Amino acid sequence: MIPEQKEKEQPTHSSIPDEWFQPKKKNTDDAESVVRPSLSYWQDAWRRLRQNKLAMSGLLFLILLGIMAVIGPWVSPHDVDTQNLPNQNQAPSMTHWFGTDELGRDVFTRTWYGARISLFVGLMAALIDFFIGVAYGGLSGYKGGRTDNIMMRIIEILYGLPYLLVVILLLVVMGPSLLTIIIALTVTGWVGMARIVRGQVLQLKHNEFVMASQSFGAKTKRIIQKNLLPNTMGPIIVQMTLTVPTAIFAEAFLSFLGLGIQSPYASWGMMANDALGVILSGDWWRLFFPAFFISATMFAFNVLGDGLQDALDPKLRR
Amino acid sequence: MEKLLDIRDLHVSFTTFGGEVQAVRGVNLELYRGETLAIVGESGCGKSVTANSIMRLIPSPPGKIKEGAILFKGVDMTQLPDKEVRKIRGVDISMIFQDPMTALNPTLTIGDQLTEGLRQHRSISKREANDQAVDMLNLVGIPNPVERLKQYPHEFSGGMRQRIVIAMALICEPELLIADEPTTALDVTIQAQILQLFQKIQKQTRVSIILITHDLGVVAKIADRIAVMYAGKVIETGTRKEIFYTPQHPYTRGLLQSVPRLDQKGEKLIPIDGTPPDLFSPPAGCPFTARCPMAMEVCSKIYPFHSELSQTHEVNCWLQDERAKKFMASTF
Amino acid sequence: MAKYILKRFLYMVVTVFIIATLTFFLMNLLPGSPFNEERTTNEAVQRNLEAHYHLDEPLIVQYVLYLKSIVTMDFGPSIKQPTETVNSLLSRGFPISAELGVWTVLTALISGVALGVFAALKHNGVIDYIAMTIAVLGISIPNFVLATLLIQQLAVNLGILPAATWSSPQHMILPIVALATGPMAIIARLTRSSMLETLTQDYIKTARAKGLSPFKVIVKHALKNALMPVVTILGTLLAGILTGTFVIEKIFAIPGMGKYFVEGINQRDYPVIMGTTVFYSAFLVFMLFLVDIAYGILDPRIKLHKEGGS
Repeated sequence: MIPEQKEKEQPTHSSIPDEWFQPKKKNTDDAESVVRPSLSYWQDAWRRLRQNKLAMSGLLFLILLGIMAVIGPWVSPHDVDTQNLPNQNQAPSMTHWFGTDELGRDVFTRTWYGARISLFVGLMAALIDFFIGVAYGGLSGYKGGRTDNIMMRIIEILYGLPYLLVVILLLVVMGPSLLTIIIALTVTGWVGMARIVRGQVLQLKHNEFVMASQSFGAKTKRIIQKNLLPNTMGPIIVQMTLTVPTAIFAEAFLSFLGLGIQSPYASWGMMANDALGVILSGDWWRLFFPAFFISATMFAFNVLGDGLQDALDPKLRR
Repeated sequence: MEKLLDIRDLHVSFTTFGGEVQAVRGVNLELYRGETLAIVGESGCGKSVTANSIMRLIPSPPGKIKEGAILFKGVDMTQLPDKEVRKIRGVDISMIFQDPMTALNPTLTIGDQLTEGLRQHRSISKREANDQAVDMLNLVGIPNPVERLKQYPHEFSGGMRQRIVIAMALICEPELLIADEPTTALDVTIQAQILQLFQKIQKQTRVSIILITHDLGVVAKIADRIAVMYAGKVIETGTRKEIFYTPQHPYTRGLLQSVPRLDQKGEKLIPIDGTPPDLFSPPAGCPFTARCPMAMEVCSKIYPFHSELSQTHEVNCWLQDERAKKFMASTF
Repeated sequence: MAKYILKRFLYMVVTVFIIATLTFFLMNLLPGSPFNEERTTNEAVQRNLEAHYHLDEPLIVQYVLYLKSIVTMDFGPSIKQPTETVNSLLSRGFPISAELGVWTVLTALISGVALGVFAALKHNGVIDYIAMTIAVLGISIPNFVLATLLIQQLAVNLGILPAATWSSPQHMILPIVALATGPMAIIARLTRSSMLETLTQDYIKTARAKGLSPFKVIVKHALKNALMPVVTILGTLLAGILTGTFVIEKIFAIPGMGKYFVEGINQRDYPVIMGTTVFYSAFLVFMLFLVDIAYGILDPRIKLHKEGGS
C-alpha cells in the first residue's frame, strides 16, 4: 500500500547489519525527558515580559519619567511658579528648554511638576483601590452566601453610577485639591478591583488544584505560595497597572475642567487647558509638552499592563 | 469494492514560535464505499490533523499540507481551489466534531443551522429545507422536531446536541462522514446510543465513515477496519478482527492491554510508559522505540519497512524482519 | 426575560434614587448652595429659589419635594441667570449634545468593529500590528488632548476644517473624531480579541465544514458571537462619551448640555449642577438599562443565566 518511499537512499534489507536486531539496552531517560527547564512562576513571567519589546520600552519610559519627576524641577534653574512677565510665551531656548507660558513660567520645570502630580495621583489611586478592593472583594468571596450576595448587589449599583459625574460632584462639594481628587477617584474606583479579587477568591476556593494540594498533604504556606499567589496576583497586578492611566486621565480631565490641581501648582491637564487659550497664536510648545507627556505616560502604562497580562497568565506559558 | 478515498504520503506541518511541528509525516490510508474506518491513537498523534486535512480544514497559517495527495473519488483535494473545496464540504464530505456543546452556534436556532448547508448547496425554498430538517431530526431520534427547530442549542442536552450535529452533517446526504471523537464528551450511556445511531444511519444511507477516536471500546463496536497512528504515522492497519486478535505492533498491543476487556477476566491493565516523541524533531527511526519493550538497535536508526501480513493487515515494525524473529526465538 | 427586564429596571430606579439623594445632601452641605444662607442677592432669583425648594420647610419635607420635582423632571431655576431655568438650559442643550453623542457612538462602533475584525482576520500580520498600535494610541491619548491637537493641526495650521461651533457637517467632523477615537480604540481591541477567540470555536469549524463561504462564516457565525463582549462594555463607553462631551463641547464651543454643565461648575451655579448631574445620571442609567435588554435579546442563553457575579 505504501508507494515507493521518497526519502533519500532508502537502505535495503540486506544493508542493515544483523547485530542491529539485538534487543536495545533500555534507556529510561529517553521516554520522559522534560525539555523545558523548570522556572518559578515569577522568573517565567519576567522572562516573557522581557521578550515583549513594547512593554519593556513602556517600563523604561516610566522609570525615566519617575527619575525626572524627582530630579527634573531640581535640575532646572527656574522655579515652578516664579512669574516673569517680560519673558512670557517664549519658544524653547537654551534658558527655557521647553519655553515659557503666558506668565513667563518655565514649561520645563512645570512639566516635571506635572509628572509628579500625575504619577502620584495614579499610584495612590491604584494603591488605595488595591487595599479597598482586596479587603472588600476578599471578604465577599471568602464569606460567600448571603454576605456575598448583599455585597455584590452594592457593587452592582456602584458600578452603574457614572464615575466621572460622581467625582465631579464630590469635587464641587469638597473643593479642588490633590487630596480631594484622590479621594474622589477612589470612592468609586475600587469597584473593579473588588470584583476581580472576589472572582479570584471564589475560583480558588473551589479549585481542584487547591484540593489536590491539600489532599497531597501540602502545607498551607506552600499552597499559598505556589498556588494562590501566582494565580491571584496576576490579574490584580494587571488591574493595578491599568488603573494608573485611568486615574492619570481623570486627574488631567478634571484639571482641564478647572476642577483639579489649582495654580500655582502645575498639572498636565491644567497646562493643556491653559494652552487652549493661545492655540491660535502658534505657540506649539504650550500644548505639545503636556499633551505629549500625558499621552506617552498613559501609553506606557497601557502597553506595560498588556504585557503583564500576557506574561502573568499561567495558561499562556509556552 | 470501490475506493472512495485514497490518502497518499500525506505530510502536514504547523509553523509555531518554537519551530515546525511535523504533525503528520507520511500517512497512507484508503477507504472503501460503505465501510467504517477507525483511526486510533493517543492525543497528538496526528489523527485529527489527518481528518481535517481531508476537508482542507487545517487552519492556514500556521498549518500547511506539505506533501502528498488526498484523492476523493479520484480528485486530489489538496490541489483544488478553495471554491471547489467548498462545493464538496458538507455535500460529499461532512464532519462531526468532538464537543457537541461547542459545535453548535449558541446564537442561532437549530433550524437555521440545520438548513443553512442545504440552502447553500441546493437551490431549494426555505419550506423544503425545513421539511428536510424535520426528516433528518426524525432520523436521528429527536422528538417533536417541528417545534424544536425554533429552539437554541442551550435548550438541548449534550446527547441531543450530538444528534443534531449528526443530523446537520447528514442533511446533504454525503458519501463520506468524518467523525472526530464523536462520543468522547458524552456520558457512557449516551455514547452507546450515539454509536447505535451511527450504525443505523450507515445501514440506511450506505455512507462511509471515518471515525477518529482514542477509545478502543468505540472501535470494537462499529469499525470495519482500524488504522493505528503514532507520532504522525500510521503504524498498523487491519480489519477489526486482525487488530483486536492478532495485533503485531507493540504499540497496538500496548493500547489493547491498557483497555479493560470483558472477555478476559482477571487480566491486569498495563499502561504504556512514557510519552510520545517531540514532533519538532521527530526521531529518524521508529518513533515508538523509546517506549517499546521490545526495541532493537535498528529501531532507533531506520524507520521500519512495510510488511503485509494479509490482504488487509499491514504493519511497520522491525519485529516482522526475519532476523528479529530469530533473535527473539533465541532469547525467549 | 420579563423577570430579567424587571430586575434591570429596579436597578435603574435604585441607582437614580441614590444619585439624586447623594446630590441633595451633598448640596445641603455646601456654602453658597441654594439651601444655604449666603445666597445670591438678586431678589427675583431669591424668590424663584424659595418657591422651588420650599426653603422654609423642614429638611425632610424639602427632600421629598425635591424627589417629586425629579420625577416630574422640573429641575428648578438657575442662580446665576435669573431668566433661565435648568429645564430651559437642558431643552436647548440636550438635542445638540445628543446629536454629537449619537454620531460619536456610531463612528466609534462602526470603525472600531471594522478595525477589530480586520485585525483578527489578519492575525499577526501587518494590518493587525498597525490596527493595534492605532488602538493603543487611541486609548492613551485623552480626548481633550486629541481635540486640541486636531484644532491646532487641521484647523489652525492647515485650515482644512473649522475649529469651533456646531453649525454645519464640516463643523461636526473634528469634535466627533476627537470624542470617538478613544471608544473606537477600546472597541477595536475588544472586538479583535473576542473575534480571535470565536474563530477557534468548534461551531466556526462546523460552519466551514458545511461549505459556507468565508464571508458567511465570519458575518453570520463569528461576528454575532464576537460582538457580545462589545455590547457589555457599551454602557461604560457611553458613560465615557457622555462625560467626554463636557470637555469637547467646551473646547469646540458647542452650545450643548456639557457646555452649560461646565459653565455651571465654573460659576458655582448649584441648581444647574444638581439638575444636570441628576439628568445625566438618569439618562446614562437608562442607556445602561437599554444595553442590558439588548444583550438579553442578542444572547438567547441569558434567560438561563444566573444573575449577579461573573
